[in-house]
Amino acid sequence: MAVEAKPLETAVPLPHAEEDPREHLMFDPRPREVMNRMVMEAMTTTSRRYWAWVIGLALVVLVCLLGAWGNMILTGMGLAGIRRPVFWGLFIVTFVFWIGISHAGTFVSAILRVFKAEFRRPFTRAAELMTTFALAAGALYPLIHLGRVWVFYWLIPYPNARWLWPNFRSPLVWDFLAITTYLLSSTIYLYLPLVPDLAMARDRTTGWRHALYRLLALGWRGTEAEWHRLRRAITIFAFAIIPVMFSVHTIVSWDFAVGVVAGWHSTIFGPYFIIGAILSGVAAVVSILFVLRSTMLHMDYFIRKEHFDALGKLLLVFSMAWAYFFFNDYLLTWYGGEEAARRILTLHATGPAAWVWYLMLICNVVIPWLTLWNRTIRRTPWAMFIITLLINVGMYAERYTIIPLTLGHQRMPFDWGVYTPRPTEISIVIGTFALFLLLYLLASRLIPLVPVWEVQEGQMAHTLRKVGKAEVPSVTELE
Amino acid sequence: MAEERPAKWGLVVDLDRCTGCNACIVACALENNVPFVGEDEVAYGRALYWIRTQRYWEGEYPEVTPTFQPVMCQQCGNAPCEPVCPVYASVHSEEEQINLAVYNRCVGTRYCANNCPYFARVFNWFDYELPEPMRSYLNPDVTVRRRGVMEKCTFCVQRIVRGRQKARAEGRELRDGEVQPACVQACPAEALVFGDLSDPESRVSQLARSQRRYHLLEALGTLPRVTYLKGVGNHGG
Repeated sequence: MAVEAKPLETAVPLPHAEEDPREHLMFDPRPREVMNRMVMEAMTTTSRRYWAWVIGLALVVLVCLLGAWGNMILTGMGLAGIRRPVFWGLFIVTFVFWIGISHAGTFVSAILRVFKAEFRRPFTRAAELMTTFALAAGALYPLIHLGRVWVFYWLIPYPNARWLWPNFRSPLVWDFLAITTYLLSSTIYLYLPLVPDLAMARDRTTGWRHALYRLLALGWRGTEAEWHRLRRAITIFAFAIIPVMFSVHTIVSWDFAVGVVAGWHSTIFGPYFIIGAILSGVAAVVSILFVLRSTMLHMDYFIRKEHFDALGKLLLVFSMAWAYFFFNDYLLTWYGGEEAARRILTLHATGPAAWVWYLMLICNVVIPWLTLWNRTIRRTPWAMFIITLLINVGMYAERYTIIPLTLGHQRMPFDWGVYTPRPTEISIVIGTFALFLLLYLLASRLIPLVPVWEVQEGQMAHTLRKVGKAEVPSVTELE
Repeated sequence: MAEERPAKWGLVVDLDRCTGCNACIVACALENNVPFVGEDEVAYGRALYWIRTQRYWEGEYPEVTPTFQPVMCQQCGNAPCEPVCPVYASVHSEEEQINLAVYNRCVGTRYCANNCPYFARVFNWFDYELPEPMRSYLNPDVTVRRRGVMEKCTFCVQRIVRGRQKARAEGRELRDGEVQPACVQACPAEALVFGDLSDPESRVSQLARSQRRYHLLEALGTLPRVTYLKGVGNHGG
């Protein structure tokens, strides 16, 4: 019986393999010393433009944040636009915004680390820094919005002359505890993977930098035992910090959800806030990565189109999840049938400030859904920069809708009121944005912004192997 | 002397009698050192009223009828303002069974004000200085509040305490109607009645059992101590 034999067709490359695997950072290794030098150079190079930004931002922090806040402390909260019935305004909106941004670092770093997503490697530290600085900016607001900030320490549980503990039934005390825990643990989590890089910097610097890094590197020598302990510590922290992250924004949402305020009293608020926080946080990471890539030396080697691509996919998923929870919030309220809550939700979409509500939907849903499915757009950094900035505008509008716009139309129509922010509030908000950017700018020249050892570790695990004539990307399982 | 029975102070507002004259507001402000904030701030919605008259219009112009509803702190038995305060500045008093604001403990988070469904709480946005001769009007029994502090109706707790002390000194129980908050004292139409709800024979208890009774936002379960009376079909009030 004759066998019909076809000649083997030449191997057809898979569609996704059209590009050269060397476009991926993991398959484009450089010698370790070269890479170390690149990171050191990025860290130590400052341009005239950099210093102009630092000085400008420092002035903004001084005048807009400290000046306006100091003036408000001396004169009274009345300088802010809040009034009965809207007792919480821009301060709490921006507070929730910053706490939301702070979820990025943990999400990108811890969750992607736990799930071994390899694309995280070059920008975990950039994201962790965002967490710490966003918390620093956000944690100012519970102080700023206090009527009598000079007695803020009464909120802290410690044995005191007043013989009085704080009220542990108050969500504000939960807030205080959750944010302090998160700030401490995320700072440690930022510091742990930084140690080997600080030691690398210590060995390549002189002068004050050398002294600083010698202190911070804790005598790291890179022995096998040290690596072993570091890995274990990082793994423990990566797992432990995830529940802390989820708890923080859930507790922030309880500030609203445990109240009797119509439109706040909703059990969906916990997960709804978490999803919103991750959406805004990941979007902020993309924005920052774009700025780093286009301003810092050698960053285009570490941060590539593939990273924007991967984060863009994440953003699309989170935008859809956010839309689902948003819809749920409305569905449950409608189904619950409480007249006041229904009236508020209607007023959000039709009331005097309906444009905020539409801005939120356009920026959080329409724009990501129309753009992020497209691979070309996801791989265009400047487009991603604009989209992610818009997502954060949308998330800010979401918090604005939830807080002042909901408070303004409660159960007694006689007491309805509309709130307009005043210059003092706006100035303080701008001031904390400047504070965040200033801290980030300074840190970018003080610590290695790329976790070099993690990139090198990843590159060692990823190799191109020759199988016949084809080059096959292969990954070694670490640990 | 016999152990004093803890009172349960309550207020009845008879809307069928209320004319909307606002005398209660003036009396309250003078009794409790409630500052005058000035025209501009009032227009902006920052008037400090411990009691205010909600005015609604019923019908279409020109056949409109105004209705008045004086609203003060409802002294909820289950008060939403209390659990949310981180520093125990909003507390329930055992002796009077009312909500009290501890001014010098308040740090000004304003959470209680957001969580009050009746918007009974007001905030000191600035330090409000009284011009010189007016300072002599200040009531020495009531703390003058500084900026950044929340305040609200206390059922004139200073008068309750005074009355109880006087009765104790004379070795007798408080008589019904002996203690009156400033608003009740000032009401020319006797629309406001104050007294002890735990005494079933007191005037306020009898009125609170009236068939015309209702409570503000009763469905929220806040158990208000203020009862409103309103008959059907009677205009005004």
